[in-house]
Amino acid sequence: MAFPAFALYSFLYLYPSFSNIYYSFQRWDGVTKPEFVGLHNFTYLASNDDLFMKVLGNNFRFSFIVVIFQTLLALLFATFLLKNTKTTVALRIVFFFPTILSSVSVGLIWTFLYDPNFGFINAMFKAVGLDGLALNWLGDGKYSLYAIALTQIWFHTGQMVVIYVAGLQQIPQELYEAAEVDGASRWQQFKSITWPMALPTTAVVVAYTTIQTFRAFDLVYSMTQGGPLNSSDVLVTLIYNTAFSSYKWGYASAQSIILVFVVLLLTYLQRRTLRINTGEK
Amino acid sequence: MFYKVFKTTLLSLFAAAVLIPSSIVVLGTFKDDLEIYTKPLALPKHWSLKNFQTLIETGNVFTPFKNSVIVAIFSVALTILFASMAAYMIARSTTVTGKVLFLLFALGLAIPGQVNIIPIYHLFVQLHLTNSLLGLILVNIALTLPIAIFILTAFFKDLSREMFEAAAIDGAGHWRIYRSLALPLCRPALAATGIFLFVICWNDLLFPLMLISELDKKTLPLTLIDFRGEYATSYSMLFTAVMVASIPMVIMYLTMQRTFVAGLTAGAVKG
Repeated sequence: MAFPAFALYSFLYLYPSFSNIYYSFQRWDGVTKPEFVGLHNFTYLASNDDLFMKVLGNNFRFSFIVVIFQTLLALLFATFLLKNTKTTVALRIVFFFPTILSSVSVGLIWTFLYDPNFGFINAMFKAVGLDGLALNWLGDGKYSLYAIALTQIWFHTGQMVVIYVAGLQQIPQELYEAAEVDGASRWQQFKSITWPMALPTTAVVVAYTTIQTFRAFDLVYSMTQGGPLNSSDVLVTLIYNTAFSSYKWGYASAQSIILVFVVLLLTYLQRRTLRINTGEK
Repeated sequence: MFYKVFKTTLLSLFAAAVLIPSSIVVLGTFKDDLEIYTKPLALPKHWSLKNFQTLIETGNVFTPFKNSVIVAIFSVALTILFASMAAYMIARSTTVTGKVLFLLFALGLAIPGQVNIIPIYHLFVQLHLTNSLLGLILVNIALTLPIAIFILTAFFKDLSREMFEAAAIDGAGHWRIYRSLALPLCRPALAATGIFLFVICWNDLLFPLMLISELDKKTLPLTLIDFRGEYATSYSMLFTAVMVASIPMVIMYLTMQRTFVAGLTAGAVKG
């Protein structure tokens, strides 16, 4: 009964994954015959390709910012919205709403908000007299990556809130009651009960967000296409351009192999950190 | 006291951050550009449907809308069918085959599908599956099978073993048990998974961008990207296009809110 799934998956997932490894050892423009060049693509990537290093750095910064802020915000909101009242349920629905939109729609909406001349954000700054903050958010390489990171946080925080609420509702209420009796402050309760008890959920949220930020493409492509001057390029946009604009297919394959390694390494490190923190074997 | 103020402020800020842009878009579809720039949040002076009319007349949104519907529905239906069959087999398997299969599909969870764009493109050129909705459907199925199998296996494993054994003793074969027992019992899980997959397929940009170049095969996200170039600063048209592309999702979200949230969070947790 597993045959149709297995056949499709082997042909369109496993087989391409292995060809990807094979291509990464070739010099190939996608048209003529590939030429075997050994590890050349990888050594070149590691030693001579400043652009790749820049984009790798961009992706790490993007991922780090989104993981930290999105996770903390979501945890904070989840503790606020833990009880099921009319207001909290309504707020959860509102917070979750952006998750159902497409990345391209979100990208276009935020392109308007960030627009240097007509955008809502700069209009707000000007209205309160902060004209100095009315910057060219997406058009200036100093801010573009961070502007997209903020959009990503806006996009997916609500989804993480819902995951956290489900996790936090598992914590026995008696723990908080006992802490209350002992006179623990809200901060102490958060630090000694909520945070440690929520660690398994945090692990899930962090792992999911990390993978999400390393396969980011749609949002970046629809907001800046990686520009200006690669300032907001991430790995998948770079791989896409290496293959479909520069026609260096073997090289693009090598880049995507690095991406796989980065994702696997980060996932592994996170799992290990979690095991240490929760004392699991 | 401080806590209360802190909490209310943060919650209101984020709620405003979601509601204000959404309102700007919805109200903007009835305005012209000048009105959007000068009074983005005010109610439109005239509730004009001119933008929708222009979009239908010149933008040709009907075809991409239809393409997106076809691709999303077929991708989701076939993925759910194949994934539930595989998940049933894995969940009920007592041999090593089930375990091996599960590990094989789990591999697909660890490797993001996006890294395979080059071999998939090359393969699809050879198979003449570029510029084809069938090609998109096949890619969607292959990329979402691992996560769907992962979620559904967990659900099938939760069903009671004795029940299956009783059915087997009564003479029901695997197909019969799968169809008349396992599937109906997992209906909520199937719905949640289906919605999760639908959101992915409906919203995907990368693969259509790579595989589709003919105008009459484009899906909505791709058309939105084209509009971005075409109506570079005409936000009234962009907002209208965004609105049209989002309406099915919004309606589904508002009517099936619980299933939606369950699906999108199950996808995250299991993934």
